[in-house]
Amino acid sequence: MNKIILIIQREYLSRVKKKTFLLTTFLVPLFFIGIYVGAFYLTKKSFEDNNAIVYVLDNTNQVGKELVNNKNITFTHSADELGVQLKKVKDAGDNTSLLIIPQDFFETQKIEFLSSGKPNINTQSEIEKQLETVMLNYQYAKLNIDPDKIKNIDSSVKISAKEITDSGEAKESDTRIAMGIAMALSVLIYLSLFLYGAQVMRGIIEEKSNRIVEVVISSVKPFQLMMGKIIGIGLVGITQFILWIILSFGLISLATSTLIDKDEFIAQTEQQAAQNANPENEDMSMVASLGSALDSVNFPELLTCFFLFFLGGYMLYSALFAAVGSAVDNETEANQFTMPITAPLLLAYVLSFGVLINDPHGSIATWLSFIPLTSPIAMLVRVPFGVPVWQIALSFALLVAGFIFTTWVAARIYRVGILMYGKKASFKELIKWFGYKN
Amino acid sequence: MLDIRHIVKQYANHTALNDVSFIVPKGQIFGLLGPNGAGKTSLIRIINQITAPDAGEIYFDGERLSPKHIGRIGYLPEERGLYKKMEIGEQLIYLAQLKGLSKQDAKQRIKYWFEKLQIESWWNKKVEDLSKGMQQKVQFVATVLHEPDLIILDEPFSGFDPVNAQIIQDEILELNKKGATIIYSTHRMESVEMLCDHIALINKSKLILEGSVKQIKNQYKNQTYKIQYVLKPEYTSLLEHSSLYEIIQHEVGEESKLTIQLNPGINLNDVLLHLIPMMEIHQIFEIVPTMNEIFIDKVTSNY
Repeated sequence: MNKIILIIQREYLSRVKKKTFLLTTFLVPLFFIGIYVGAFYLTKKSFEDNNAIVYVLDNTNQVGKELVNNKNITFTHSADELGVQLKKVKDAGDNTSLLIIPQDFFETQKIEFLSSGKPNINTQSEIEKQLETVMLNYQYAKLNIDPDKIKNIDSSVKISAKEITDSGEAKESDTRIAMGIAMALSVLIYLSLFLYGAQVMRGIIEEKSNRIVEVVISSVKPFQLMMGKIIGIGLVGITQFILWIILSFGLISLATSTLIDKDEFIAQTEQQAAQNANPENEDMSMVASLGSALDSVNFPELLTCFFLFFLGGYMLYSALFAAVGSAVDNETEANQFTMPITAPLLLAYVLSFGVLINDPHGSIATWLSFIPLTSPIAMLVRVPFGVPVWQIALSFALLVAGFIFTTWVAARIYRVGILMYGKKASFKELIKWFGYKN
Repeated sequence: MLDIRHIVKQYANHTALNDVSFIVPKGQIFGLLGPNGAGKTSLIRIINQITAPDAGEIYFDGERLSPKHIGRIGYLPEERGLYKKMEIGEQLIYLAQLKGLSKQDAKQRIKYWFEKLQIESWWNKKVEDLSKGMQQKVQFVATVLHEPDLIILDEPFSGFDPVNAQIIQDEILELNKKGATIIYSTHRMESVEMLCDHIALINKSKLILEGSVKQIKNQYKNQTYKIQYVLKPEYTSLLEHSSLYEIIQHEVGEESKLTIQLNPGINLNDVLLHLIPMMEIHQIFEIVPTMNEIFIDKVTSNY
């Protein structure tokens, strides 16, 4: 027992002390924070810096007057010839465009918008919005409807989605947030199972091709060596996750408070949203309400499930990876085995973006979340949507049973495989090894 | 030290060891010989408890071999290996700890060995920065660090230059003198003759020869003698035909050399009585077969 701890220690320390470990531990959160900050910054900037100049060539002599300047767009009425005006726009360069309102605008409901470069999407939607108001007012007038009366009609309906909890209370729930978290978890667990499983395999191949394995197993049992490696690398994974979580939360709050003036940003988006009650702006109000929606997510439950299912899935798959590593002499040879072994994982991963996420409580999702080979991904995808505790417990119990089984199988192959040099292993061969007595 | 009884080891389609029994006496250097694929490695792995035999048992110092003996055995496998990215000192401490040594003891003994082999500067080096011969030295230290009572060396000299091979050989002899029993597996027969007290020869999974080197060599003597002589003036040539012996080789010269094999039932004195009247004998010695010859003879006749 003492020896397995020594092995765990070596496997753990030799990896944690590596420069690459430190690098990935610090760079990965920085990378995500970078994306986060970048997205924030770009959204903010797109509201601020859209100083578009739009020349208007109004052939109706009516519509142009209705266009209103705001801080995003400045409309300039032009009296020049079309050709002259086009040249002006072309020379002016970025963010300058020409809007040509045809004489029959009210009939065709079409309009031309010419820019020197690629037309700016924000400018376009702003103009569209204003022109739609003009069009609406024109059509009201045509039908003899008083616009003021219409303005007082409010047909908006807001669905307040709540979830009935076990205690019978209604709880705020946001499906979109759940989806986002589910997808993130799916990617994270898929990548990490692969990453750490492959590390176990590589470690074993290294020991085997180095021939150190013979020295080590003259001191310890092959099973101890295999488990020591699996546990050691698993602990490396957990260390890395914990550091990532701490670093990410730390950096996000730091970035949010210093780089971006959050209050101003939210105020701005809300103002923007309030200004126009148009449907396109819904996503902006969503950004504003993101913070409050995130509060409804049960982070402790998610984290617990993530760690449990990562550990279970890791133990299950790394045992299989260990068996593969013991059977081959180099990594290229390993590919023929890793493919079929990881197929269930890949299946669950691919399905997680379709069936699992759209119907998290359907029969496919439920079954997949119980089968040990797919449950680490499938269950984690379901958890953000709310899964009864008994299901999580059952799934985890099955996963534990699953990894005990794969570890047992793997250990039997491993003890033979690590001593077989230069022998091309096939699945048939592996089954034969499995049957060997000690 | 080691009592190996009726060991059988079978793999799916061949038998690696078929009822092998022998005793390794305490304090000796024991040569475990055999051609490639004979089953030596299988036997060594069984002694190291890396694999278990299908039948038979091994007694270590009178006790049934069990995991508690692991710390008393040191094993240098033929295929060497160390963790490439690990520092030498750290690595040796790790391997010694696996054998049951405390970290403190391990450090002390590594220092002792490093000073002895004059490789103190290697402590913080990584294995990948060492040459192959240097790695072998480190591996040797790893094998003997925990002061095992039984040291199993599989081709310990391969990869060493003559100078370092000598250093290692001296260390092996010293360890033996201090009381360690050594099982030495090799193909280099001249070193067997030099180092080993006892041998066991395994071929095609069976034990075909076992005993002390002296005894075996005596057993394989076949009454062959080499005589260097000068003929007496009255004889012009040697009487070629004799019922006493067969001539194997005869070089005639200023000093002639005659190699003969005595016929059954004849002893050397009879031959000398026959020869002395004819010649002045300068030198006479028995030709004893080398271990190499015995090895080749036994193995090829076994096919």
